[in-house]
Amino acid sequence: MKDEQTITAVQQRLLKSRQGKAKKNEFTGRFIVTVAAIIMIVATISITIFLATKGLQSFLVSGVSPIEFLTSTDWNPTADENPSFGAFPFIFGTLAVTFLSALIAGPIGIGGAIFMSEIAPSWGKKVLQPVIELLVGIPSVVYGFIGLTVLVPFMRNTFSGAQTGFSLLSGVIVLSVMILPTITSIATDAMISLPSNLRQGSYALGATRWQTIKKVLIPAAIPSLLTAIVLGMARAFGEALAVQMVIGNVRAIPDSILEPAATLTTIITLNMGHTTYGSVENNTLWSMGLVLLILSFIFILIIRYLSSRRKL
Amino acid sequence: MELAEKDAVFNIFDMNLWYGDFQALHNLHFSIKKNEVTAIIGPSGCGKSTFIKTLNLMINMVPGVKMSGEIKYQDRNILQGSVDLVQLRKEIGMIFQKGNPFPQSIYNNVAYGPRIHGIKQKKKLDEIVEQSLKDVALWEEVKDRLDSNAMGLSGGQQQRLCIARAIATKPDVILMDEPTSALDPISTLKVEKLITKLKEDYTIVIVTHNMQQAARVSDKTAFFLNGEIVEFSDTDSLFSNPSDKRTEEYITGRFG
Repeated sequence: MKDEQTITAVQQRLLKSRQGKAKKNEFTGRFIVTVAAIIMIVATISITIFLATKGLQSFLVSGVSPIEFLTSTDWNPTADENPSFGAFPFIFGTLAVTFLSALIAGPIGIGGAIFMSEIAPSWGKKVLQPVIELLVGIPSVVYGFIGLTVLVPFMRNTFSGAQTGFSLLSGVIVLSVMILPTITSIATDAMISLPSNLRQGSYALGATRWQTIKKVLIPAAIPSLLTAIVLGMARAFGEALAVQMVIGNVRAIPDSILEPAATLTTIITLNMGHTTYGSVENNTLWSMGLVLLILSFIFILIIRYLSSRRKL
Repeated sequence: MELAEKDAVFNIFDMNLWYGDFQALHNLHFSIKKNEVTAIIGPSGCGKSTFIKTLNLMINMVPGVKMSGEIKYQDRNILQGSVDLVQLRKEIGMIFQKGNPFPQSIYNNVAYGPRIHGIKQKKKLDEIVEQSLKDVALWEEVKDRLDSNAMGLSGGQQQRLCIARAIATKPDVILMDEPTSALDPISTLKVEKLITKLKEDYTIVIVTHNMQQAARVSDKTAFFLNGEIVEFSDTDSLFSNPSDKRTEEYITGRFG
């Protein structure tokens, strides 16, 4: 009888201590992940607030007209008389390189993805996967350097329209290579994650491989494929360094893709060093940053919309 | 070797199949007759799904498969030489375990087969879609929403849509690989009724886990065990008077 009592007492104590420990672990784990989440949220919110206040200063404090900023093509912030703050050429340049590079990298990336998932799943993946990882690993300054050394002289010598070789097209080509891995890897995941019974259903009806890819698999994957392209574009429009090295950085809207241009990011990186904090010019650079933030917000909304359309 | 039966759609002689080194089917030898429902029953892993996939060569999608022997379809051994898979699968439709409609409109699902086989006129396609959907008793349920996505249909409707999609190419044979295993009893009943009706125009081979189903819908039944045919005969006699001890044990539920 007494023995039994001791045993139950010991059992209870063990049970309790284990519960206590579990509770403590539970709390610690919860605490760590909550703190991590809070840090991320706070960082994002503070950056957004900071960028918004700084970006709006050129309009609220320095008196730059927002309409002029967004629509005028005249950029001359350091003129002694009547400085002008038209950032439209840079907004145009940003949108132009983004869309044109997506136009080049989109089909190539999706083509590569289909090759890997449908045509040669085994060796295709073995060869293309490392290629993609390598492309991701190359720093953007190296891309720019290669563009500057190889692409710019090539443009100059090949096209009579490209006088210097620094051009919108050079920027677009460099960016296309840079966003290719993003598009390819997301598109590959999209194709691979399609249920195999779609393929079976199509083959069982006598469809060929190409008919299956074109009429069943691509339509089924379209929301994810578009997401891949949009994410590639998001990377393209934020890229500064490599583009800056090959695009020419002029203040006018180019007449053709062979002429030099500039983007919001290239103007920010070029000018942030020599403007004084609080000056009108410095403030307008922040406004460009704000425009980039808003653009990226729009990209996120597009991705969200596309993801919600996924049916499978 | 006995002569090929005249009204047989498939004549199978000494057919063997290996996945790599593993032999999954052993010396299969039987015939599948025209306008009959042939059921294939047996425990999991007995090779019944493997077998049905050889009839339209869907098995070729599995890497490392080797086959020997004969499956004669229209006087040709489809296991040898280059077979026109497009034509073969146009004539031999297949229904899978789970309805697998394409995430497209109901109309496009049914029209898919005819389109890939070259029918382009809208009027002709409209006719085929309507007739196929009527044949599977789905027309009344979906005629007002042919343009809506097929993924919005219920599981039973999806499976019937897949049957409509298969018969839209006007096949001779319909293969069904456990077509009701993912369906509720009412949907199952509808599909079974459909099978009985489709028998008038098509030859049907059905793999099923459900012995009552085999008894209800089929004319002939083959009992597979470990990749061999243990017994093949009229469904009634196989279930009421099995000649092999193992068949008896299986259908009385002693294993499997």
